[in-house]
Amino acid sequence: MSLINDTVAWLTDSAQWSGGSGIPWRVAQHLGYTTITVLAASVVAVPLGLYVGHTGRWKNTAVLVTGALRALPTLGLITLIVLLTSVGLTPAIIALAVLCIPPLLAGIYSGLEAVDPATVDAARAQGMTETQVITRVELPLALPLIIGGLRSAVLQVIATATVAAFIGVGGLGRYIIDGLAVRDTPRVLGGAIIVVVLALLIDALFAVGQRLAFRHASPADSHPQLKEKTA
Amino acid sequence: MNWALANRDLLVELTWQHVWVSAVCILLGFALALPVGWFAYAANRSPRRPMRQLSGGVLSIGSILYTIPSLPLLVILPSLLGLPWLSVLSIVIALTVYAFAIMVRSVADALRSVPPMVLDSATACGYSRTQRALTVTLPLAGPVMLASLRVVSVSTVSLLSIGALTGVRNLGSLFTNGYNRDFTTEIATGIVLTVIVALVFDAIIVASGRLLMPWSRVVRAGGGE
Repeated sequence: MSLINDTVAWLTDSAQWSGGSGIPWRVAQHLGYTTITVLAASVVAVPLGLYVGHTGRWKNTAVLVTGALRALPTLGLITLIVLLTSVGLTPAIIALAVLCIPPLLAGIYSGLEAVDPATVDAARAQGMTETQVITRVELPLALPLIIGGLRSAVLQVIATATVAAFIGVGGLGRYIIDGLAVRDTPRVLGGAIIVVVLALLIDALFAVGQRLAFRHASPADSHPQLKEKTA
Repeated sequence: MNWALANRDLLVELTWQHVWVSAVCILLGFALALPVGWFAYAANRSPRRPMRQLSGGVLSIGSILYTIPSLPLLVILPSLLGLPWLSVLSIVIALTVYAFAIMVRSVADALRSVPPMVLDSATACGYSRTQRALTVTLPLAGPVMLASLRVVSVSTVSLLSIGALTGVRNLGSLFTNGYNRDFTTEIATGIVLTVIVALVFDAIIVASGRLLMPWSRVVRAGGGE
């Protein structure tokens, strides 16, 4: 079991915990890429998702396009976009963002779609404008599903950003790709373990957020007495 | 196009590799998820609290496994199992784990979606437990399972190309090789072939669903997920 010892030694080596290729900096880079990618994808996914979810128009097209995007192999798309434009961070982020749009979009439109039409009609009958209907009724009620979409989008970017190290960007994938190139097993394993721990931690954070949003969106389901009255 | 024709043999070999490895992973994942998902469903209906907790635990393990990013899982598995880096077996195990992780929850959900009244009627008609499971529950839950099998199939075919990073040969090798040679045609060919494989798999799943379950229009995949 010297491999485990070597990996632990790599992970606990103080050289690994400082500087431009140290673990804290790589984690920060990885989270930075993830944030920028999700924000870039949101610029497209949020207005589109709100439009499709609110009006119900273009729904079949949205389902079809998001399904088709999922079939595209990550590695192929990243390498192709980088070769067609230029090597660097921006093309890599664009490729990651393209892959991140489907889960975000699906979360938003299916969230809005799942809102009871009677509730939306009641809001309109009270004199709310369409914008008010979206921001005050549909969005709060759709929040758990939207956060669910955000959760899978973020986890997907964490995974694909690791793969993107192949085209030369930083982040935690560097340890795996560089380690594989020189057969440095402890480095590969150490890097892989950090990515896994990071993904699980962030997933747990989102799980808590989703629970809070659900409580906010449907208080009746979390208070048994209220539920009995309405049912 | 010329490049693809000139390298026909290589493309056929890589496509074949891609097809058989992903087919094995999808089928293995489903074969494992069916009994485990069924157990989770049955345990959840048990009057005993520990059984219901066990059911929740099984489903959570599924979603935790799915959270693990692909490339790290792919490099950790060989070390855990003492396999060489290049082994096809480790990517088969990794993708089977993902297929299982997606399927196990949807098998349980699909079984739960069968109306209890139908099950009670079957019991009232004198069906034994096994008869009821095989001739009532399974056929009625089938379309929902089929929908998630389609999701699993698409994601397995597209994920497999990551294996090229550890050196496993499949259509993903066209991406790594094309990138290293600065040759976009090779990458584009790889993407097109991967999408074709995914479409063919999807068509096979839908067609077998129509054959096996002619009483139900196939439930559409995607959408809410």
